[in-house]
Amino acid sequence: MMQAQESNGAGDDRIPANVLTGFLGSGKTSLLKRLLASATFLNCAVLINELGEIGLDHQLLDVVDQETVVLSNGCICCGMRSDLAAALLDLNEKRDRGLVPNFDRVVIETTGLADPVAVLNTVFNDAKLRHHFRVATVITTVDAVFGFQQLKEHPESFKQAAVADRIVITKADLAEGTSIGALHAVLSEINPSCLIVTSYNDATESEILVGHDANARSALNEVQHWFFDRPSAIRGRRADTPLFSGRAKPLGPLHAPTIATASLTYDQPLDWTAFGVWLSMLVHGHGEKILRMKGLLNVKGADTPVVVHGVHHLVHPPVHLSAWPTEDRRSRLVLIGDLPPVDQLQKSLELFNRG
Amino acid sequence: MCGLCGILSGEAHWADLAPQGSADERSRLGRRERLGRVAYLNRVLGAFACSVSDWQGCRYQVSTFTGKSELPENLAELWASVERLTGIKPDPLSEDVLRRISGDA
Repeated sequence: MMQAQESNGAGDDRIPANVLTGFLGSGKTSLLKRLLASATFLNCAVLINELGEIGLDHQLLDVVDQETVVLSNGCICCGMRSDLAAALLDLNEKRDRGLVPNFDRVVIETTGLADPVAVLNTVFNDAKLRHHFRVATVITTVDAVFGFQQLKEHPESFKQAAVADRIVITKADLAEGTSIGALHAVLSEINPSCLIVTSYNDATESEILVGHDANARSALNEVQHWFFDRPSAIRGRRADTPLFSGRAKPLGPLHAPTIATASLTYDQPLDWTAFGVWLSMLVHGHGEKILRMKGLLNVKGADTPVVVHGVHHLVHPPVHLSAWPTEDRRSRLVLIGDLPPVDQLQKSLELFNRG
Repeated sequence: MCGLCGILSGEAHWADLAPQGSADERSRLGRRERLGRVAYLNRVLGAFACSVSDWQGCRYQVSTFTGKSELPENLAELWASVERLTGIKPDPLSEDVLRRISGDA
């Protein structure tokens, strides 16, 4: 029997790398500063950018007892990926040689205009890095006051929200409750399976932000979030609304109309060969426009579900969950991006698997 | 590694699930999965006037009907090869591909 990577993480001692991203001034460093003070981040290494205002981010960061590497050549996502890889490998080597304190997690803070996918690609595709680090959650900060405007006017901000695993609405103490609710609803539309939390400048969110991820022991909890808990739903929304179909304040004509969510389901167990050919072909043909993809699959010959997820052309190795999250055994795949019509995607998936 | 030419195989593609069992069992299952995928791919590749075969168990050989060929290592590289060789971007939503996979073509 063919087997995917086991979700219990046995043998996977790679260090989780969390990507902290968010638009300019959205509070990434303030959040990081609070997180580093929490027990979850006690043995955490941090990679930050020094860009623009003479390393202002670095100056604000409390790095006591943290291993911090400042990349001095600019943005890690714009032609600096080799520096990021080199910095991570150097950090890992120093750790192995006992030159820096042992660390069990790395947080990579991007610049405000960065595409976080470039960071994921670096960690995932570098021939050496991928044996030492694994991509964990992407955490995106969104300003409660200016977030709506930034999402509407800046595609960088929109993409940072769309690829996130966790979104933190920051500076909530400066915004009205109604505007936070509206922003939450918009973010829920952009990225329905993302867990969205509102920060009131406390550190209680640390476990929420990094406690689970799809490639860790806790993959079952993460997938439960994706498909069944509807984590992005705002409190009070009806629980029985159709999957990922909430209504939010429209973003306007600039970017939102081209971004959609497609939820595909398949009732019968999937043939892995057919699915692999179909998805690899879909990613080749449409990967540039697929911002996020998450799937929970019922595969022929497997008793437990297989999880696949990815960003653009990057597809993570599939993971076998230890059990089904619920009694529902349908395969489901959610895509976010500038997508072809959902009925075409559904028809194609079905024909490939009937063949 | 290929025993004939010494070509090292690279990292596993996400679609290449690792077989379980003894070394012989893993080899047998891996071979069977690969041949099954080649057969399935050939149903799709008819839409692109090309075909694929297994190459030493570590690569695929994609060949056009006019004789051009490449040796991609995995599915991601295979679709890029098909596009280079034929000039057509592989798309699972195209009507031609769907007709092929449905057996109507």
